[in-house]
Amino acid sequence: MANLLLLIVILINFYTLGSARLVACIRGVALQGALLALLPLATHGPTGHALFLGAGALLLKGIFIPLLLLRTIRQVRIRREVEPFIGFVPTLILGFLVTAGAFIFADFLPLAYEHHEGLYVPTSLATMFSGFLILITRRKAITQVLGYLMLENGIFIFGILLSAAIPLMVEAGILLDLLVGVFVMGIILNQINREFSSLNTDRLTALKE
Amino acid sequence: MIGRITLQLALLLIFAPLPLGVINKTKALFAGRVGPPLLQPYYDLARLWRKGFVISRTTTWVFLAGPVVGLVVPLLAALLLPFGGLTAPISFTGDLILFVYLFGLSRFFTAAAALDTGSSFEGMGAAREVTFSCLAEPTLLFSLLVLASGAKSLNLGALFGPQLAGQWQNGNSASLGLIFVALFVVLLVENSRIPFDDPNTHLELTMVHEVMVLDHSGPALGMILYGAAMKLMVLSAMLVRIAVPAQTGSLLFDLLIFLAGLLMLAVLIGIVESTMARLQLPRIPQVLVGTTLLSIFALILVLR
Repeated sequence: MANLLLLIVILINFYTLGSARLVACIRGVALQGALLALLPLATHGPTGHALFLGAGALLLKGIFIPLLLLRTIRQVRIRREVEPFIGFVPTLILGFLVTAGAFIFADFLPLAYEHHEGLYVPTSLATMFSGFLILITRRKAITQVLGYLMLENGIFIFGILLSAAIPLMVEAGILLDLLVGVFVMGIILNQINREFSSLNTDRLTALKE
Repeated sequence: MIGRITLQLALLLIFAPLPLGVINKTKALFAGRVGPPLLQPYYDLARLWRKGFVISRTTTWVFLAGPVVGLVVPLLAALLLPFGGLTAPISFTGDLILFVYLFGLSRFFTAAAALDTGSSFEGMGAAREVTFSCLAEPTLLFSLLVLASGAKSLNLGALFGPQLAGQWQNGNSASLGLIFVALFVVLLVENSRIPFDDPNTHLELTMVHEVMVLDHSGPALGMILYGAAMKLMVLSAMLVRIAVPAQTGSLLFDLLIFLAGLLMLAVLIGIVESTMARLQLPRIPQVLVGTTLLSIFALILVLR
């Protein structure tokens, strides 16, 4: 069950890397977040801790943040990522290479014995790297927010391995940080769009009176 | 041996056009039409067979070699592959390479026959067809490699043999699922179905496969259509076997399971065709690169 979830998470990484349409990307990342909400339950069973973590992740990553992003792109009226710094096929291939690299690298890490065989560590690394790739290669600020979300999803998978040891407060704090981060970014995006009439981040390097 | 070969060829020759009829019926149901009768592909073949040839004076023997090779290749390829629970009639180490490149041979002759007419239009179709299939080839080979490393063998008979059911249970199920998707995309590309090509289009600029056979008529066109139907059945046989690796031991039940799987797959193709639009031409290589990566990823999962 947990392995199936992690596999779908990796497939969503590929899908988001290769897709040009913003709505499709947002839905992909939302689905990824919702699937990750099931992961604590699949890993640790229905304990109170896992239930809280799952419900929090589902509400924030699966529903609230995607709705916020969809509302933002409706307001700023952009539909697709037009010209990324690196094309879609090259990013897809790069994403595949980092995923393969993550699988090989995870075998060399000095992990606890029970984490050696599973898909958790490689999936977490692959998702983090894919998030990085999106952050680096896309021009639109909104896609970069998506990259940031995906990066956080990767960290979340890693955290699930440790969630027996981490106090609930820390995780709640992380989720809240994420929410506030995306909230602020959504507002800033609107402001940027109003001032510059474009969301391309490379335009922001030029000074304007 | 002779009995097995006859049985396999008879199955292929009799049932090949049936999935096409099922696909068309499914599409008709989705569109709210009654649709052509289920056996329409058979009637079409019979009609074409009674017609006469019209052969352009500029063409040579290559023009006729295209349909003939297109008809013979699926028959040869079918001998290497087990249909459902049956064992493959001919099997030797490394026959999966022969299997893949037999279809390459037929594609070469179809493209050569199209170029032989001297029409620039057909040349364009040939160029597209060859481009797409050269992008689909790595997917097919990597998927077969995944099966081969699971089966620890290099012949198709063993790859799709009884051990496949065990692989679904012992942790290889994820990679089998991935290559099922990858092979399904290969099936759609190789048989020029939507979203990669439209088998019904007669709008000249959008045709890929259809345009290559524009100049063929009568029995030659019938041979091409029959060959295409058999190719669809042979490639579907792989997918059906991966999805339903059940083995009852009785010949009749194995056959029935196989045929039922074949028709289910045809319904699935029909659903895909009625719910998806055709992809833009530049998007197609992107999708095919994606499926190649998917199958390599499946290989990594198996080797890990």
